[in-house]
Amino acid sequence: MKSGTIMRHTLTHLFIIALGVLMIYPVVWMVVSSFKPNTMIFSDPGLIPKAVTFENYITGWKGYAGTTFGRFFINSLFMCLVSITGNLISCTMAAYAFARLKFAGKSFWFAVMMITLMLPGHVTLVPRYILFNSFEWVGTYLPILVPKFLATDAFFVFLLVQFIRSLPKELDEAAIIDGCGKWGVFWRIIVPLASPALVTTALFTFLWTWDDFFNHLLYLTKPETFSVSRALRTFVGDAGAVSNWGGAMAMATLSMIPTFILFFALQQYFVEGISTTGIKG
Amino acid sequence: MHKTSAIIKFLKNNVSAYLFLAPWLLGFLVLTLYPMGYSLWLGFTDYDFTKPGSTQWIGLGNYMKMFGAVFGMNEFTASTGEVMRIDPYYLKSLSVTFSYVFTSVPLKLLFALAVAMLLNQKLRGVPFYRAVYYIPTLLGGSVAIAVLWRKLFEKEGLVNGLLGALGFTDLPGWITNPKYALWTLVLLTVWQFGSSMIIFLAGLKQIPQEYYESASVDGANKIQQFFAITIPLLSPVILFNLVMQMIGAFQVFTQAYIIGGGRGGVLNSTLFYTLHLYIQGWTYHEMGYASAMAWVLLLIIGALTAMVFRSSGLWVSYGTGE
Repeated sequence: MKSGTIMRHTLTHLFIIALGVLMIYPVVWMVVSSFKPNTMIFSDPGLIPKAVTFENYITGWKGYAGTTFGRFFINSLFMCLVSITGNLISCTMAAYAFARLKFAGKSFWFAVMMITLMLPGHVTLVPRYILFNSFEWVGTYLPILVPKFLATDAFFVFLLVQFIRSLPKELDEAAIIDGCGKWGVFWRIIVPLASPALVTTALFTFLWTWDDFFNHLLYLTKPETFSVSRALRTFVGDAGAVSNWGGAMAMATLSMIPTFILFFALQQYFVEGISTTGIKG
Repeated sequence: MHKTSAIIKFLKNNVSAYLFLAPWLLGFLVLTLYPMGYSLWLGFTDYDFTKPGSTQWIGLGNYMKMFGAVFGMNEFTASTGEVMRIDPYYLKSLSVTFSYVFTSVPLKLLFALAVAMLLNQKLRGVPFYRAVYYIPTLLGGSVAIAVLWRKLFEKEGLVNGLLGALGFTDLPGWITNPKYALWTLVLLTVWQFGSSMIIFLAGLKQIPQEYYESASVDGANKIQQFFAITIPLLSPVILFNLVMQMIGAFQVFTQAYIIGGGRGGVLNSTLFYTLHLYIQGWTYHEMGYASAMAWVLLLIIGALTAMVFRSSGLWVSYGTGE
């Protein structure tokens, strides 16, 4: 009986591992290929390179139009950090109002917020572009960054509302008795206690900004302002006739490193973020 | 006296609450509500932002341009007297998108549920496996993976290399063959099953183990248990995943743009709706037309979501038995 269970468990493990290897095989192959000489990349499906070279990283890093990938990484990182700051401030404030404060029209505005969660972004796309164009913002980071300070990512408002509602109200009340105003309660009670949800917000803001392509395609016009994702796409080009596929693979590999580090460092926040709000993906 | 202080208190409460809400409210009014109204209006015009002042009201012209082909038209006379051509690719983009949504979403959910059930066992290392299975979703939306995908499914790519090693011959270039190009994108989407899997896994953990125990005491086999216990109790989660994935699938852009090389691929076989909208608006500066297209997309998504919710009365149970 017992050996039967062990046998069954071993088989299940083997099956899960085999399926998992199949799932991540393309990614692993990409990483390995980035160390293969350019001519050998696509003829060789194996995971152990016959010759190891760093040449792809050197040629890829040079980027194009006189701008190196170093610049693109700094640009992406800059956008991520500003977006995180914007989302943390604006979404937490809105969430606090919805979760804790009493005001006229609250249920109406909350319903509006929930509707915007499901709204496809395309209906606002053209007018937003026209608006930002009239501000002469096209070609700068402002069309990408300013909306973050206006809580346009309703997902995070929703996530934070859910979290703040679950915090015990007695703490707010005690703070009010001790003389805290609404800002005091917000800063001293809500923000520190909501920190797990704030980490989730920061994490997903980072990922979405890092991986964003559409907004970068629309609004970033000069190569020196490009993000990594926008630069990768131009690096590969329209026809895909680029000869330096090794360089493309190397830079694509580098572009995934920040995501990987965050994922393995903060896995718990991922799982909570996804299972409480169904964050898309 | 008492009345005034009540009014002051009411004002004070409201003012401070609205201060907290102000960034969101401003964002909603300026970046959502106003653009929605504006794009609704633009949808009835011929608008090119590079030529200000040339905007013309053309009534339903943009909508004729989309659906005129259904009535066998090639061109029509707009209310301005101008002869306008029917968009020859619109219906194609619609059919590409529908084929994609109606295959990728069910396949993704089935696969996510199967993997979630596989991982919902008393096993060591489940958090680790869950992490590994999430990796494709973590990376899949990026340009890096889209670039990789294009190389994998080329004629000389890795996939054909592997199939060739297994003895297959006469292999097509999957991306460049209009018969298969869309399926490489469906595969890329199904591969990113991680989020749905995590949500299913959380849902499966909520089902009390005793239900299965008493069912097996009553002689129900695993398949009967699956249909009598798992599916009904998981149905709200299935509904949620279905709606979220469907809404997302209609809006896929990046992968289609990269894999199609900035266009709709060979014979427009991967001309996704959003890609077509982008090309119309930003390549041809037909921004009135692009706005009208966006509104049709909104109506399609809204109608399908409403249909799914209406149908949910038939197949979703909210556990009233507990």
